[in-house]
Amino acid sequence: MKGEINVLSKHHQLGLTDDQVIAMYEKMLEARLIDERLWLLNRAGKLPFVVSCQGQEGAQIGAAFAMDPTIDYAAPYYRDLGTILAFGQTPKDIMLHMYARAEDPNSGGRQMPGHYGSKKHHLMSISSPVSTQIPHAVGMALAAKMRKETFVTYVSFGEGSSNQGDFHEGCNFAGVHKLPVIFFCENNQYAISVPLAKQVACEHIADRALGYGFPGVVVDGNDVLEVYRVTKEAVDRARRGDGPTLIEALTYRLTPHSSDDDDRAYRSKEEVDEAKAKDAMIVFKDYLVKQGLLDESKEKTIRDRLMQAINEATDYAQTAQDPPPESTLDYVYAN
Amino acid sequence: MAVKLFIDAIRDALFHAMREDEQVFVLGEDVGVRGGVFRVTQGLIEEFGEQRVMDTPLAESGIVGVAIGAAAMGFKPVAEIQFVDFILPAVNQIISEAAKMRYRSNNDWTCPLVIRAPFGGGVHGALYHSQSLEALFYHVPGLKIVIPSTAADAKGLLLAAIRDPDPVLFFEHKGMYRLIRDEVPDGEHIVPIGKATLRKTGDDITVITYGLMVHYALEVATKLEQEGIHAHILDLRTIAPLDREAIIEAARHTGKVLIVHEDNKTGGVGAEIAAMIAEEALFDLDAPIMRLAGPDVPAMPYNAGMEKFYMLNPQKIEDAMRNLARF
Amino acid sequence: MAEVRMPKLGESVTEGTLGKWLKNVGDAVSKYEPLVEVVTDKVTAEIPSDEEGILIEIAVAEGETVRVGTVLAYIEQSRPASEQQPVLVESNQQHKAIEPLTTKQRYSPAVRYLAQKHAVDLQTLSGTGFAGRITRKDVLASLQTVNEQKETDKPLLPPTEEKHDIQTIAITPIRKTIATRMTESARDVPHAWMMVEADVTKLVKVRERNKKSFKEREGIDLTYFPFFMKVVVDALKEYPMLNSTWTNDGILVHQGIHLSVAVATEDALVVPVIHHADRLSISGLAHALSAIATRAKTGKLTLDDVSGGTFTINNTGAFGSVLSKPILNPPQAGILSIESIIKRPVVLADDAIAIRSMVNLCISIDHRVLDGLITGRFMKLIKGKLEAFDVTMDV
Repeated sequence: MKGEINVLSKHHQLGLTDDQVIAMYEKMLEARLIDERLWLLNRAGKLPFVVSCQGQEGAQIGAAFAMDPTIDYAAPYYRDLGTILAFGQTPKDIMLHMYARAEDPNSGGRQMPGHYGSKKHHLMSISSPVSTQIPHAVGMALAAKMRKETFVTYVSFGEGSSNQGDFHEGCNFAGVHKLPVIFFCENNQYAISVPLAKQVACEHIADRALGYGFPGVVVDGNDVLEVYRVTKEAVDRARRGDGPTLIEALTYRLTPHSSDDDDRAYRSKEEVDEAKAKDAMIVFKDYLVKQGLLDESKEKTIRDRLMQAINEATDYAQTAQDPPPESTLDYVYAN
Repeated sequence: MAVKLFIDAIRDALFHAMREDEQVFVLGEDVGVRGGVFRVTQGLIEEFGEQRVMDTPLAESGIVGVAIGAAAMGFKPVAEIQFVDFILPAVNQIISEAAKMRYRSNNDWTCPLVIRAPFGGGVHGALYHSQSLEALFYHVPGLKIVIPSTAADAKGLLLAAIRDPDPVLFFEHKGMYRLIRDEVPDGEHIVPIGKATLRKTGDDITVITYGLMVHYALEVATKLEQEGIHAHILDLRTIAPLDREAIIEAARHTGKVLIVHEDNKTGGVGAEIAAMIAEEALFDLDAPIMRLAGPDVPAMPYNAGMEKFYMLNPQKIEDAMRNLARF
Repeated sequence: MAEVRMPKLGESVTEGTLGKWLKNVGDAVSKYEPLVEVVTDKVTAEIPSDEEGILIEIAVAEGETVRVGTVLAYIEQSRPASEQQPVLVESNQQHKAIEPLTTKQRYSPAVRYLAQKHAVDLQTLSGTGFAGRITRKDVLASLQTVNEQKETDKPLLPPTEEKHDIQTIAITPIRKTIATRMTESARDVPHAWMMVEADVTKLVKVRERNKKSFKEREGIDLTYFPFFMKVVVDALKEYPMLNSTWTNDGILVHQGIHLSVAVATEDALVVPVIHHADRLSISGLAHALSAIATRAKTGKLTLDDVSGGTFTINNTGAFGSVLSKPILNPPQAGILSIESIIKRPVVLADDAIAIRSMVNLCISIDHRVLDGLITGRFMKLIKGKLEAFDVTMDV
């Protein structure tokens, strides 16, 4: 209304343009729609395995947009579909990966779904043992420091992984050498079936940062802009040479652990429904609608465009070439 | 060319590699100011500074994991594990990550990493400062394992390892650091990984071995010459990948093969070599393939008599060589 | 009395350098009291006494570097020695000898394979292995014997299938050796060749006059060859470059003159050596030649007989040849052929024509070692000596 004091909206306060927040929403939606497609393909018998990002897209996109994928590096984990897309992979790349085709830029069909990684996208290769990527990210950050370059390295992991020795060893090393690394814990409350209360005795994973001599921050993972804000601060700190930050984004895993898991055995439907009501997809969309940046028709345009790309990607991947079986023997060593 | 101790030849290689290539750096526990507990890295920090000669926290998985990350970014880290006995916390990083990085990323990400570690017993090191763990890793494709037996090879193989585009485990018998000395070429000197070498020729028995045991076997062979027993001695130098061609050729040469290693017998490197010979050289065999190795107990005891019982020595090797010659 | 030894101060340490001695000879030392400083690559430490007593001798001075285990000092203990050293229990479990289950009839894969391949009846062999086992080496040795046997059993010219008008003659090992050596020599050594003729009328007279008495006295025929050998040996003494060997590191001039003499047998040419030919007279040379020729023709030459020659002399004249072009016998630098002595009309110095006994001498040299100049002088000297025999000499 005219005459009212024009209060700066939250994203403007953070220095994000209207186009940028729409782009963030689009990336979240792209991740969600691909993930939903994967489940359909799994249940249709096309894909043997799916491990999901649903419920964590807000945290992933909020963090990824605080970085500059042209210079920064990420050592993500297997739920980080949002991060992977934000760093430049396309639905086609993802589908080729899911179908394990020769053109899969992540592993040429060698790794199971969710094990991303491609040098040209600045994405470190992912393995299944959890937390091993944390020291890697520290080593990558060490490379930045030794070469006096300004890139930062982002490493993400679940709260379950924060109990591994590699988490401790990596954080401690980075703390000692004040390395430009962002430890990003996506606390989705479960390590497969084991709830947070049975995983850690402290209140927050972020509290552990105290022991490593750098800041630890807890943030609502469903609040995309808040995640952006704390990650941006951490990135700025790292670029200034002030060392690492541990960020704990509180999220919720909306799906079972994987397509082979049945979460009804260890949590109630009510609990899941309650979390679904707080889903970042809904919260962020509400914000954008309230800001007048999004309405149903605009949302549909975006969704249709994304769906078209995903459909095309699925079709392409379904008929794409497999790697030759004998290429199993390739790349054990350089030659 | 100068006669140098084994330990000095290793240090020589590090100095040379670090002067040649700024991407080469050393990290590990006590490697910096202290120059390593065995003094292998002594003097490096004075020339290259504390960033390229990095004292790390006491955390082996972290050392290797950080080195993998730096290697992924194009550095050539030389990580030191203080004793091979303490490499076990880093095994996940070595086997799940370093060994598989190239393969799992379809040749996209690589891991040009060297991990140096002293191994071997007979030095009152007891259970956790005496182990030989090469067999644990030689089963893993994607890793290379090097065990030099001379000072010249130590330098040449370490330089080859540092230049290698894949992860190399470089195991140094700690008993050899200040015991073995020989002529070491100055400056650039590369000994290719994957190539065994004949240390002596003879036509009665073939001894296949590596590391300190090469010296014991040669000592015995000289003695046995006087009895008319002529040994053919192959020094493997690289444990993974094994030099299949050289092994088969050496086995064929006499038809009588003794494999010697300090590491315990069951599932040791010798088992693979024996299988290789049995597969490819059956009709040249004139005796059972024999193995002389450490006993199958969890590790080497501290008590001097027990340690002596465990360790291989020239006498045990002589008995085994003579038995095989007599067969 | 107790010994204080250099301790092993670290797992890889093999030696240490003595710093300051903290006690003097004659000082009382209590147990664990520091005795001496030791500096190693790994640590600097004070070595404590393991005994209570008096330091009676210092065996290693300050600044000296000694191996681990070296005695550094002696302490006279105040306690009896018996209660001190624990006994290191030696294991009585000896390294077990591998006792192969074997008898003569147990064959290894290698033995079976070789026996099958070469049709060896293993029952006929005796084994040198454990408990009489037949080893791979035993089979290989038997094969060698069989091969050698086959060689000697062979007729001189083995019967071969006639293929049209070509007859194939199997190559004997000795033929093969000759072939290889001659090929190598012709290929690798740049040969130069020269011939001189000599008037040996006087030599013929000397031999005629001496041959009967020589035969009676010495029991062997006096041929011309020892005369030629003597002349060549004397010439070699004056021109030692002819008695040499080319190597890439330099020309080896041999001190001794060891004359290789080509001796033809029915199926081959052998070149036994008369060692130290320069120490022999004409009659000594005649005896040496006779002995070696007999051994060559009866196949009894030893390895020593055929090695070490430094120059070869070749009696081609025995076949009636008047001209030949010998191939060098490596690694020698010269080979000389003595052709037939024939009577022919010769123009003398005063232009008179006379019937004289003439001989051609043909030499091939290694041109890397020798040039025409030296060779020419050498040949001229030989010619001069041959022509200057005193017809009254007694052999």
